[in-house]
Amino acid sequence: MTSTFSPEAAREWRSARVDDATINARISRVRSRSIKTDTKVRLLKLALSMIDLTTLEGADTPEKVRALCRKAEQPYAALPDLPHTAAVCVYPNLVPVAAAALGADRTVKIASVATGFPSGHVPLRLKLAETEAAVAAGADEIDMVIDRGAFLSGDDEKVFNEIAAIKGACGKARLKVILETGELGTLDNVAAASRLAIAAGADFIKTSTGKIKPAATFPVVLVMLEAIREHYLATGEMIGMKPAGGIRDAKTALHHLVLVAETLGAAWMTNEWYRFGASSLANDLLRQLQRREDGYYQSPRRFSVD
Amino acid sequence: MTKRTDAKPALQLAGALDLSPAPESCPAPIKSRYGHFIGGEFVDGDDHFTTVNPATGEVLAEVAAGSDETVDQAVKAARKAADGVWGKMSGADRGKFLYRIARRIQERSRELAVLETIDNGKPIRETRDVDIPLAAQHFFYYAGWADKLQYAVPGGNPTPLGVAGQVIPWNFPFLMASWKLAPALATGNTVVLKPAETTPLSAMLLAEILQEVDLPPGVINIVNGAGRTGGAVMGHPDIDKVAFTGSTNVGRIIMRQIAGSKKKATMELGGKGAHIVFADASLDQAVEGCINGIFFNQGHVCCAGSRLLVEESIAEEFLERLKRRVEVLRIGNPLDKNTDIGAINSVKQLGTINKYLDIGKNEGANVWQSPCPVPDKGFFLPPTIMSGVQQTDTVVREEIFGPVLSVLTFRTPAEAIKKANDTEYGLAAGVWSEKNSKLFEVAHALNAGIVWANGYNLFDPASPFGGVRHSGFGREGGIAGLWAYMGGIS
Repeated sequence: MTSTFSPEAAREWRSARVDDATINARISRVRSRSIKTDTKVRLLKLALSMIDLTTLEGADTPEKVRALCRKAEQPYAALPDLPHTAAVCVYPNLVPVAAAALGADRTVKIASVATGFPSGHVPLRLKLAETEAAVAAGADEIDMVIDRGAFLSGDDEKVFNEIAAIKGACGKARLKVILETGELGTLDNVAAASRLAIAAGADFIKTSTGKIKPAATFPVVLVMLEAIREHYLATGEMIGMKPAGGIRDAKTALHHLVLVAETLGAAWMTNEWYRFGASSLANDLLRQLQRREDGYYQSPRRFSVD
Repeated sequence: MTKRTDAKPALQLAGALDLSPAPESCPAPIKSRYGHFIGGEFVDGDDHFTTVNPATGEVLAEVAAGSDETVDQAVKAARKAADGVWGKMSGADRGKFLYRIARRIQERSRELAVLETIDNGKPIRETRDVDIPLAAQHFFYYAGWADKLQYAVPGGNPTPLGVAGQVIPWNFPFLMASWKLAPALATGNTVVLKPAETTPLSAMLLAEILQEVDLPPGVINIVNGAGRTGGAVMGHPDIDKVAFTGSTNVGRIIMRQIAGSKKKATMELGGKGAHIVFADASLDQAVEGCINGIFFNQGHVCCAGSRLLVEESIAEEFLERLKRRVEVLRIGNPLDKNTDIGAINSVKQLGTINKYLDIGKNEGANVWQSPCPVPDKGFFLPPTIMSGVQQTDTVVREEIFGPVLSVLTFRTPAEAIKKANDTEYGLAAGVWSEKNSKLFEVAHALNAGIVWANGYNLFDPASPFGGVRHSGFGREGGIAGLWAYMGGIS
């Protein structure tokens, strides 16, 4: 089923209004939640299981990706009962390496950025070819970027049709749509882009590429969660959420989990519907979990670099 | 791949996240018995009553009830300080004392927050983040004014009034004390303060702070007791100025009592704040504003937005949004850092609120209460929303002073204004719209002392606070807050 663009719907997306001051007040309440003892352990493990462990560098090599895959499968040998991460996230060229490293019966999924990541300024036929290549090489999930230039110039139809076309090229792979909120400038734009992406067929909406600051800020994430909630209540269809970029410490991640629990409820508290796009977050989660075992903090050097 | 369901989609919000207990652990020592604070010394009293922890019902301490003689001693001490030290002191020197008090409040803020939470029942999240920091801010703000009073009254020659009698309520015990004490002291007055009988403890800790900063004896005197003691303070012939925050009924009694005297007065009384939500508002944020408006401090707020007026075209949907948000609020141990809604301050107030819920039901209201678990001891009431009510209903006209929101609708801005102003009170109101012209038009047409646009319950020491009509007169905060404590200003 492909989605078709409608100008009436676009006007509705664009009419979304967000009051920044009150969003900030709501966020400061969430960030004052105190997460202790049993809850903390439970949420640390949950957050670990939600990570899309990411490497998206020009310098990525097969061995770097193999290292990432090992870490994703077994984050910390000293605590073998910990969950593995949800996925690894790599460039399309490295999907075959990840597929070989994780094996055919893998539990860790392979996500691949596509569509001219991170800027998205390439022709649609190349975006489609890139997506098809990544899926053919074994990607389970595709993280695409929207054309922010088109969005900011008001060409919602182009943004919509590209998402719908990429969704078609994904086949069975789940599609995460990156809004790159740091370039959208206002929360009103984030609200509009979220609605647009969901209508066009996104399985997940994702904040950022990680290449632009600010990335996954709390206000942006709340606005996106509200769009997901609105869609679910109207249609019964769940959409996943992936904050990515700038989430480096456990406390921030746990407060993101509080935000999703208080906005979308229990059904989203699983890596099927919620992911963190992060590279260094895993180690801080591990350090916090090890502290629960030891009663004191280990040096960050106790945990492998990747 | 996304899931589809046939039933009407519903979010599993209530209980979506169990949080382990996170109690605030800072100790706040409580004595077994309290007297009064007169002439810079703690003095014993008699005729003791008890103050209880509303979250458990347990007795915290015995507190003396001040007699007419005790009040007279306090007024004499205040007069002596006014004539002998404080009235003559330079503004700059008075300012130094106010700065010292403000800093000491900050230094002991955690202890103050815990004590206030134990005695009042309000969540530590609020005492820690609002009551105590805002109290310190008021002292800082008025400290800055102490040596600049002539600039607050251009062309005037400001003088102290003398001795101020101040009676404060139980809903923000420490904050209300600070609102009243700081401007009184900055302007060179001395004070006899009477805390509320259900929440006397934080004022007694303030007295300790006053000793620590070497405030001259008699500048602030604190007499404990109930209504009778308060009446003795207000009616004492040597009191020059009365300041009262509390119910409209008691305000009327005080006004009768002081009629014909030369006492100056300010009254900060009840309210029935309207919270107007237009269809063009940012709805999820307006929901947040409504939550802050009515469930802040268990609704024990004179400026609470207790009447929600929502545009009829979005009323049903808005109510759904509101309920979804309310379901997430956590009610329970006020000392737990994650508690959103604490205990009702007293068994008496809980009775009053329940009486109004019964009246509402009898008059045809749909009463909805959050399904959140409620502790089995102490005085608790889940957040409550009454829909299907009309302007004629008792629960819409009278102040309930609890976590109870009445929901009504309107069709046009004109009707919203008319309904919002259809009350005896006039303290506060809120308006939500993303259209600025509408915000300004409506805000100016509302008959209330304070109107918040796209927000609610936002406080700042520089901003005057006070009501019109049955909500009282006079302002606290800002430059206007000084005027109530100065002579020679007209």
